This record gives sequence, structure tokens and C-alpha cells, in this order.
Amino acid sequence: MGQIFTVFRKEVTDNLRDRRTLMSALFFGPLFGPLLFAGMISLSLQRSVGESIETMQLPVSGAENAPSLMAFLTQNNAEILPVEITLEAAKELIDAGTEDVVLIIPEGYGEALRSGTPAIVQLVSDSANSNARKNIRRTESLLRAYERQLSVQRLMVRGINPALINPIAVEDVDVSTPTGRSILLLGMMNYFIIFSMLMGGLYLATDTTAGERERGSLEPLLTLPVERWQLIVGKVLATCLFMVLSLIVSLLAFSVSLSFVPLAEVGMASNFGPLVAARIFFVMLPFALIGAAGMTAVASFTKSYKEAQTYLQVLMLVPTLPIIVAALFTLKPTLALMLIPSLSQHLVITGLMKADPLSLSFVATSFISTFCIGLGLLALATRLYRREGILG
Amino acid sequence: MIEARGLKKSFGSIEALRGVSFSAPDGKVTGLLGPNGAGKSTTLRILYTVLKPDAGVATIDGDDVCASSMAVRRNIGVLPHTSGLYPNLSARENIAYYGRLLGMQGKALDMRIDELARLLDLEEVIERRAKGFSQGERTKVALARALVHKPKNLLLDEPTNGLDVMATRALRELILRLKNEGICILFSSHIMQEVAALCDEIVIIGSGQVVASGTPEALREQTGEEGLEDAFVKAIGSAEGLL
Repeated sequence: MGQIFTVFRKEVTDNLRDRRTLMSALFFGPLFGPLLFAGMISLSLQRSVGESIETMQLPVSGAENAPSLMAFLTQNNAEILPVEITLEAAKELIDAGTEDVVLIIPEGYGEALRSGTPAIVQLVSDSANSNARKNIRRTESLLRAYERQLSVQRLMVRGINPALINPIAVEDVDVSTPTGRSILLLGMMNYFIIFSMLMGGLYLATDTTAGERERGSLEPLLTLPVERWQLIVGKVLATCLFMVLSLIVSLLAFSVSLSFVPLAEVGMASNFGPLVAARIFFVMLPFALIGAAGMTAVASFTKSYKEAQTYLQVLMLVPTLPIIVAALFTLKPTLALMLIPSLSQHLVITGLMKADPLSLSFVATSFISTFCIGLGLLALATRLYRREGILG
Repeated sequence: MIEARGLKKSFGSIEALRGVSFSAPDGKVTGLLGPNGAGKSTTLRILYTVLKPDAGVATIDGDDVCASSMAVRRNIGVLPHTSGLYPNLSARENIAYYGRLLGMQGKALDMRIDELARLLDLEEVIERRAKGFSQGERTKVALARALVHKPKNLLLDEPTNGLDVMATRALRELILRLKNEGICILFSSHIMQEVAALCDEIVIIGSGQVVASGTPEALREQTGEEGLEDAFVKAIGSAEGLL
């Protein structure tokens, strides 16, 4: 026990003195996620909220050809900007991104309308431009609404019930709550939490294994009367400590950055307060062991520091897989799913964030399963560490 | 007291050791002499328990290096090929880490480190981090680390590598002093002069086998050569890798 603590203390002291480790483990890793996440939520909220309340500027060429359409558009919060351009010029404007959408009304519009043939209007837009999508959709739906209004009027003039052209009325019954739609966002948040933990342990896992070998300090260490499992346990515990520190920094950063974001709008419990943060901390805790032991096992298998880092960077993506699967198939939490690390944490945290916590047996299963798999990986790391080849 | 009998070791298809036998008595300096790649480091690695021999037996103070590796480790001090210090730790912390892993602690450990710092002339750098140390300072700290628990056997792998003349001399004096304390010292080298100046017993290794052994005088007699260098060349059969 004393020897494990000696190894643990040495690794912690050693790495606390390494500025590079500190920066990446306790600064970049944990802060990157929360900032990016808060930024993304704010952005997506800005785009979707207040769709039709805001006035939309709409450049129209040939506005004088369709005065009543223009009146309709103006009534519906579109500000008409009369321009005089050809189709080609309009295409260029859209291409350059100067305008989101341009409406062109040809001279024959009024004529066609009067004679009852379809009147052509040209809507110039770039559907690949995601920034413009909102305005394109809005213009399209306004035009459609106007078209509908005209057809209803035409039928009524001819004494026909306009309901006749609607043989089927589709009624949308959407059971998704704002909450359900936020699953992807939550998945990202959970991955950022896991990512920051892994970043926190990355340098230690490499330094205490591949780094130690490359420095030549492993060989004398192995000539000491210390069992190799004691060395590994000490090293993995030190890695765990850094991961947990990183988790704490990351949760603090999330609770600060998310306090500026209207979480309720995207369907999360409106506060990411101390209680939720503390619960997430507890749920994530066993993941530190899995991460630390897993990264140490991989790092002890590799031949050099560089090789270890390459493999570990790939390894850091592995926990995303279950989260992506969960998001794609909108998995509902079941007891069996609680056996899968990363996924179970994701589901438990999602429950917490939706203010709809899972039952205690689910949480306990997640905790115990993740912890046991962590112990298994620790045993694997010890086995790998016992090989003669460890000396390279 | 170190004894090796018939040590064999292969790495894949390469036979590094093909039956190495020798003994290194207490209170003597024994030199493992041989060209690069002869198997000196492999022999030492088996003796300090990080490699297992494919065949053969080695004991240190009667403990088998495989069966009782923990007991062996308590009785040896090791200076491997590279000093392997932790650059972010001070000299004292580097030594103390090993001391603690060897079960020492508190005041006794501190006093032992002070004593070693005096002995190895490390007092000036003892609180400094190992990052900026010269090769000589690194070797001395690594040696202090190897000696922290007063081992009865000392195994050194090419200890004078990269040392300047002054540092080499200081190391030589230290080895002689430790020998007079009754410690069994085994060190490897490919530098003939160094071995001649220090060793009571010489074991010459070539291509994974002991080709000659004995006191410097006995070696000269065995080979019928006047100088030790000629005796060495004759024993190995070529001058390859000597200098």
C-alpha cells in the first residue's frame, strides 16, 4: 500500500511540474468543450428563435409587376427592397453570398394571372447555404400561402367550395417535446465531458508508461523490490486523479458558461446548478478508472511516446460511438444499456439534464458496471506491464 | 556474491547469450569486458531481474534471480545503461523516490541522502531539478540512487559512458572505496584500460560466451601475451569493436 502511494505521489508531483501536462489536462481539455458548446447553443437559438417576428429583407426585381403580392409580403413582415436586375445578375449576387434570396417577377406576370395560366415568379437562392436556409424557407412559404389565397378566391368566384380541393386533411400530432429534440445537443455535451476527462489523463498515461521507457527510467525502476501491479496501480491512480481534476474543471466551466444560455429553450432543465453538477460528477467518477486503465494499457503496448499518443488519440474517439448510436436510434434507457460505459453515463446525464432522472437501480448499474470494466482493464494493463518486451 | 551458470538467452532468432558462466566475489571488482553487442548488457539485465534467462541459473547472495527475484532486488544496486532520472524531480527527490520504494522513510532517508551527496560530491546540486544536469551529474545521482539502501551487490552497466576525465576518476575512486567496504561490484565495459585499472577479476565475453576469465595477470599468462590489450584481442579473436 505504501509503495502504491509512493508511486502515486511521485507521478502527481512530477506531472504537476510539467506545464505542458497542466495546460492540456486542466486548461485546454476541460475549457474547450464548455465554451464551444455554449457558443453552439447560443448560435442555434439565434437562428431558430423569432423566425417570423423579425422583419425579413427581400430584394425583389420587377416589384411593380405584382402590387398585390407585394402588399401580401409586406403584411407578413417582409420588407421589399425593389431592385432592377436580370436573372444572371441575381445568380451572381446569391453566389457571392451578398443576398440570401432574390425574387424576380417577370413582366408577363400580370398577364398570365389574368388569363388564368400559371404566372411565373423566380425565386433565386442557394439551398446549400445553411445561413440562407431560414430566409429561403420563409419566402417559399409566403409565396405558397399567397398562391393558396388566390386559388381559394378563384374557386369562390366560380361558386365552388374551396374545401373540395382538399380531399385529405393531414393533422400533425407531434409528440416530441422540446426535450426530445435536444438529444443531439446533450450527446455532444456528454462527449465533451468525457473528452475533457480523457484529455486530463492523456499525458499521464503516456508519460508513466511509454515516456518512462523512452526516458530510460523504467529499467532501474523495475530492479526495485516492488511488484509490477503496485507500480501500475500507483500510476493509474495518478492518472485517475488528473482525470477527476479535469472533470471538476470541466463541470465548473459548463455551469458558468451555460448560465449565459437559455437552456430551457432547447429543452434542458433550465439550471445546470451545483446539484446537477455534483450528480454528473458522481455519475462520471467510475469512468476515470476505465479511461485511465484503458489508456495505460494501450500506452504500455506501444513502443514509443509518439506511437502511444497516436493510438490514444484514436482511442479518445471510441466513447463517441455509443453516444452517436444513441442519438441516431434515439435509444431509450434500459437496464441492459446501463452495462455499456459511456452510453450509460450519457443516458443518466441526459435524464438529469431533462429533469427526468433515471431510477437508482439504473444509476447503480451504470456505476458498478463501468467500475468493474475499469478493474478488468487495470488487470490487462498489469499483464502487459509484466511482459519482458515492456523494456523495448 | 554473484554467480552465473550456463545463462542462455535468445531474442527471436538472435542468440544473445550462449551459456555464460562466471562468479563475482564479495569485496572484489569484477569487470565484464567485451565488444559492443557481445552480451554484456543482456547478462546484467538477467542478473538484475528484468530479463529471464531461457536456460541456466544465476544467484545473488544465494537467491535465485528468477525464483526469488524480490529478495535479489533488495540486495542489489543497479546503474543501468542510461541514468533514467526524472527531469522534473530534484536530485534529492529522485533518490528519495527509490529510497521510499525500498522501504526507507523519514529522517533516516534524509540523512542517508545527505551522506550520499557528501560522498559523491553532489551537495551543490542536490536540491536542483535533474533537467539541466550534465552527464556526470546525472550518473552520480543515478549512482547515489543505486546506493541509497546500502546494497551488498552493485551492478553497473558501462558506468563511465559519456563521463569526462575528472568524473571518471572520481567514479573509479568511489568504486574502490565501495570494494573496500566489502561490496561485490560487477561492471561492464568495452574500454580495456578502464577494466585493467579497476578490476580484480576480468570476465571477457565475445559473441554471447565467456572466452576467458581470471585476474589480469592470469589472463596475460593464459594467452601468452605481454600486454592486457593483446590478451583481450587474442581472447576475442579479433579487434572488432574494441575502441
